[in-house]
Amino acid sequence: MEFELNKIPHLSEITAIHGAFNELAIPAKAHESLAERQRNSKKLLSSIEEAIKYVGLKDGMTISFHHHFRNGDYVINMVMDVIAKMGFKGLTLAASSLTDIHEPLIEHIKNGVIKHIETSGLRGKLAEAVSHGLMDFPIIFRSHGGRAAAIETGELHIDIAFLGAPSCDPYGNANGYNRDDENGSCCGSLGYAKLDAVKADKCVIITDHLVSFPNAPFGIPESHVDCVVKVESVGDPKGIMSGATRYTKNPKELLIAKTAADVIEASGYFNDGFSMQMGSGGASLATARFLREKMINKNIKARFALGGITGQIVEMHEEGLVQKILDVQSFDLVAANSLKNNRFHQQIDASYYASYVNRGAAVNQLDFVILSALEIDTDFNINVLTGSDGVIRGAIGGHPDTAAGASLSVVVAPLLRGRIPTIVGKVNTVVTPGCTVDVVVTDQGVAVNPRRPEIKERLEAAGIPVFTIDQLRARAERIVGVPEPIQYEDRVVGVVMYRDNSVIDVIRQVKEID
Amino acid sequence: MQIVTTGVAGTMESSDIIIRIEPNDQEGIELSIDSSVMQQFGKQIEKVIRKTLFDLGVTSAVVSAVDKGALDCTIAARVSTAAYRASERTDYVWNGGVN
Repeated sequence: MEFELNKIPHLSEITAIHGAFNELAIPAKAHESLAERQRNSKKLLSSIEEAIKYVGLKDGMTISFHHHFRNGDYVINMVMDVIAKMGFKGLTLAASSLTDIHEPLIEHIKNGVIKHIETSGLRGKLAEAVSHGLMDFPIIFRSHGGRAAAIETGELHIDIAFLGAPSCDPYGNANGYNRDDENGSCCGSLGYAKLDAVKADKCVIITDHLVSFPNAPFGIPESHVDCVVKVESVGDPKGIMSGATRYTKNPKELLIAKTAADVIEASGYFNDGFSMQMGSGGASLATARFLREKMINKNIKARFALGGITGQIVEMHEEGLVQKILDVQSFDLVAANSLKNNRFHQQIDASYYASYVNRGAAVNQLDFVILSALEIDTDFNINVLTGSDGVIRGAIGGHPDTAAGASLSVVVAPLLRGRIPTIVGKVNTVVTPGCTVDVVVTDQGVAVNPRRPEIKERLEAAGIPVFTIDQLRARAERIVGVPEPIQYEDRVVGVVMYRDNSVIDVIRQVKEID
Repeated sequence: MQIVTTGVAGTMESSDIIIRIEPNDQEGIELSIDSSVMQQFGKQIEKVIRKTLFDLGVTSAVVSAVDKGALDCTIAARVSTAAYRASERTDYVWNGGVN
């Protein structure tokens, strides 16, 4: 066929025309069988060190991890140890969250391997060390939605994502469970890892369970994966998740849960086809049990449940009370197995869950959310990040995202924890702004945000006594007294971002007391 | 009230306080406090312990307190009990002069 490309009108305007076909320029066709190809997969590398060389890690780069293995995670420590041995310095570690098991990061920070951390939360020895001034560069705390948004806009640019997966094939199709072994590690949804895989320049999957191609259905497709490394173990199954999240037996939490369910029922949002999310924490999970009874009694079904999914939600799904589940993070084995076996239990990524910059996030479809709190102040601001002693000991999670998205946000907490009042004049750290918090439910009374007078009316009409938040605070102080404010240094150790990535508060170094 | 031996009251349970009172060679209350809520309530705990001892007429003692977030009423009760035990007195009058 004869043609002269440059003489055909307008073709020069089309970028995706790369000259005339040239047989010598295309790669040779492979002739191996599927089995042979998999054995020879060039994506399957023999060690983490090899993968780090392959993806071209450099000093000062940003690396990311997910927290679906929770306190059973081996991946972060394993990868950081190799990176440290290879002599890299000045890295930014952008994890979706960090927990107690990541204490060894302290050494990598001291040695200059890690210069900066972004995370949703921090716990244990690492959190204490940071609160006492371990790092020069303050930690950036983002909500799950805020992190997703920052990654989407490119403001949080990930050079390399190291993502642990309970199963993967030699080409990188990765998933949070596996279908041929009941004993391996299992985390269910890979929601927080999915976006990292899409947006990172390079993506390494680390697995302890290699299966043959294609590992479908998958959470992360091979099209987003540069290489795969098989290791002995990605995590301790016991630390990753429990068999089934148990209902609390604590009478105080049960009382809070029962009251919260009554509040939901009276709020005007408990109608057939409603949507909900239950935060983690004994009282908020137990609310599901009381709602279930009300749903059966009134013949009401939920259209969907969102969020961190537990066995309680799965149970309601399997008995037909909850039609669909949108799962960004599976909290127990029942939830993980449901994701594997139930067709309408959908795995979603962090952006779909809660980002404010994409074209639609699931949190915006919530009727109500039940959330926990460490502290609530009289302006309804919520702290879930720092303890009453000012030390970092929690995670933002999806708290501000769901509070903002849901039509009704209900925060459940005991009025007192030992001698520490939950309702205070000013929270140590503002994580979720009071303007997005609608109702506070404690074991000793309910308060409604004055911005929602119609909710107060509905609750009172249903016979639920409503107090002002100042009355609840006074009640707490009458019992325990007025706590003295925490002493801080001037130095900022953490910066707390709202979900739109504006700074909503800072965390200061705690003062040493002798 | 004269402290003549070691008196202990309370537990290490959450929301309790354990008080240990021993004789002091010299006049005065030598007080040490370890509390899970030291920053927020340390001064208040000390105030309640000293006031309870003063009301009982204890002027010389070595007192150690390990607090797990006890309320003021609990602290006063544990201090009184430990003081009675440390002074080997059994004549406690319920609803009597203390607090």
